[in-house]
Amino acid sequence: MDAIIEVSELHKRFGPAVALDGMTFTAGPGQVTGFVGPNGAGKSTTMRVILGLDRPDSGTALVGGSRYQDLRKPLTRLGALIDPGALQPGRSGRNHLLWLAHSQGLPPKRVDEVLEMTGMRPVARRRAGGYSLGMRQRLGIAAAMLGDPPVLMLDEPFNGLDPEGIVWMRGLLRSLAAEGRAVLVSSHLMSELQDVAGHVVFAGAGKVVEAASTVAMTERYGSLESAYLTLTRGTGVLR
Amino acid sequence: MIRAEWTKFRSVRAWVAGIVVAFAAILGLGVAGAYGISQDCMGRICPAPPTGPGGEAVRDKFSYVHQTLDGDGELTAHLAGFTGIITYPPPNHDAIVAGLVPWAKAGLMIKDGTKVGAAYAAVMMTGHNGVRMQNNFTEDRAGPSAASWLRISRQGDKIIGYASSDGAAWTPIETVVLKNIHKSVNIGFFVTSPSDITNEASPRGGTIVQARFTQATAVFDRIDRTGAWSLTKVGDTGEQTDWQKYHTPDGYTESNGRLTVTGSGDIAPAGNEGGPTIDFALTGVIVALIAVIIVGALYITGEFRRGLIRTTYAAMPARGRVLAAKAAVLGAVTFVPALLATAIAVPVASRVLRSHHVTLLPAAVGTQVRVIVGAALLLSLAAIFAYALGAALKRGVIAIALAVVLVVLPYLLATTSLLPPGAGRWLLRLTPAAGFAFQQVLPAYHQISLPYTPSDGYYPLGPWAGLGVLAAWAAALLGLAILRARRSDA
Repeated sequence: MDAIIEVSELHKRFGPAVALDGMTFTAGPGQVTGFVGPNGAGKSTTMRVILGLDRPDSGTALVGGSRYQDLRKPLTRLGALIDPGALQPGRSGRNHLLWLAHSQGLPPKRVDEVLEMTGMRPVARRRAGGYSLGMRQRLGIAAAMLGDPPVLMLDEPFNGLDPEGIVWMRGLLRSLAAEGRAVLVSSHLMSELQDVAGHVVFAGAGKVVEAASTVAMTERYGSLESAYLTLTRGTGVLR
Repeated sequence: MIRAEWTKFRSVRAWVAGIVVAFAAILGLGVAGAYGISQDCMGRICPAPPTGPGGEAVRDKFSYVHQTLDGDGELTAHLAGFTGIITYPPPNHDAIVAGLVPWAKAGLMIKDGTKVGAAYAAVMMTGHNGVRMQNNFTEDRAGPSAASWLRISRQGDKIIGYASSDGAAWTPIETVVLKNIHKSVNIGFFVTSPSDITNEASPRGGTIVQARFTQATAVFDRIDRTGAWSLTKVGDTGEQTDWQKYHTPDGYTESNGRLTVTGSGDIAPAGNEGGPTIDFALTGVIVALIAVIIVGALYITGEFRRGLIRTTYAAMPARGRVLAAKAAVLGAVTFVPALLATAIAVPVASRVLRSHHVTLLPAAVGTQVRVIVGAALLLSLAAIFAYALGAALKRGVIAIALAVVLVVLPYLLATTSLLPPGAGRWLLRLTPAAGFAFQQVLPAYHQISLPYTPSDGYYPLGPWAGLGVLAAWAAALLGLAILRARRSDA
């Protein structure tokens, strides 16, 4: 029951612009759920609502059955990578993880474990301002994994990774799902999702236009990429 | 939550450096400033100002016509005349005119010896403030305004002052206790008259304080004590004005049971003209203040600028508590080092001054502790104020500029006498700069005619009330920031 994200009938406007228009989907345990759609489809807003950062006008987003704001030690229930650049440049990667660990009552040992896991150990004591985008992505993954949560939510995790990093990320996502966790991944890279996502949610203009298993999608449209192009045609709005 | 925010603070080197700068500025400028102060009286070491029984610096200069009082006893007399002169007063400053300044004093006094600063109690008529009973320099009590008969009485260590309009019906004004006075003390008549002080706006900005010589003469008759009287010019330095040399010297004459006593000077606590006070050691606080304002604002706006605030709120969704925890951490990391710095700077700088034979006006231990703790509180509250501005506005540069304009600027305007004292006082009441009131070492007394302007180190609010105003500003802004954080999307 813990390893699930349930998004139901989310509506939200920013002034005249409709960001979410009845967004509804579920990301279940034991698989990677791809969350795709053009810019402005409402993916990032949905993720911010799930994290309790943005307040929806109506609708609910539940993590393991609870609103995120009501979770105690929320990082042990949901790990998220939203903006890898959200770092204080003067603070080292290790100290960034350390304050997060303190905020959840986690021991410093856990910081070293996730640094090891993400390969960030050699650069962990350097200023975060000097990190490449790839390092920031890895640090963001380390932060998401800090609380060993049953649910993970990653926004564009492949961005800025070198080929070796992409392979590593793919393996990581697969193993996280294999451990029974619910993993929600937004991405523009259909080919990457094709290999790892068991389930795909297509968003357009603030709502879900199609949600199905990758296998079903591939059978119907040939590939995720052609499914994407067909399903989201006309829903992309440049704002 | 506190622990997480503390880890955040200590892991950014620039912020820690800001605190170190503040610490070093308080210590370095405070002690270096002490080396810059010198005092010289005609090429000699200046004498320390006299102190009263309470330990405070005092002025004690008057004409005293007295006899010995062994044990209990009293003195009654009628004040038959009270006149004076004021030299060259405004508007034309071209004549010596007849008149009394508001706190010219003539009356009866019991004093424990004739040494400057010795304990006393006195009942007196004043220039414009009616009959008063005063003792030991700082204490003052009003008596009936229309009385011309005065009586002072001793019972052990109790001194009682009376006044009467007809010499028959007496009103006791006050009973004061002079602790540990000798059995044999002095009883007699005294007259003194402080300088006429004006404080005018200068055409070139600021104010000009002028002090003009005055002298008072009182005639006493119907004196109920017999025996010879002798004169002591208490606190006399031998220096005389032309008026005293060529017209009327201070002193007394006696004829047909009437005593005519002439005097000038004052019997009162000294103002800051007597020398520097311990707050001189806080020159570094202004620099430290700017450092902690910058650190305080950036501590939160850095998170807004980079979107880190979302990570913070994701980890700790109770936004109000997070903002409060941050304020608590900031308060602690500024208060503790600042307290350490001032606690070292004040005594060390005082010692440097003393080794240079510069007289530091005495301050009670409580006052010293208040100045030391107050400086640390000012820095800590100003940092929280800047932080709250940053949290409400989300913009570092604007928050820093606004905090400096609201905290530092009013203080500088008010205390450098760029503004008229009235405007300066209002700034120091209403703006966050009210917190600077902790620095006032010397109390202001109603029974002294001094301008008591902010530029002289006198503040319109008490030390704790002033810090309270700053704290209220910080708390209100923090409340606003919390409200905004709760209501809006991160």
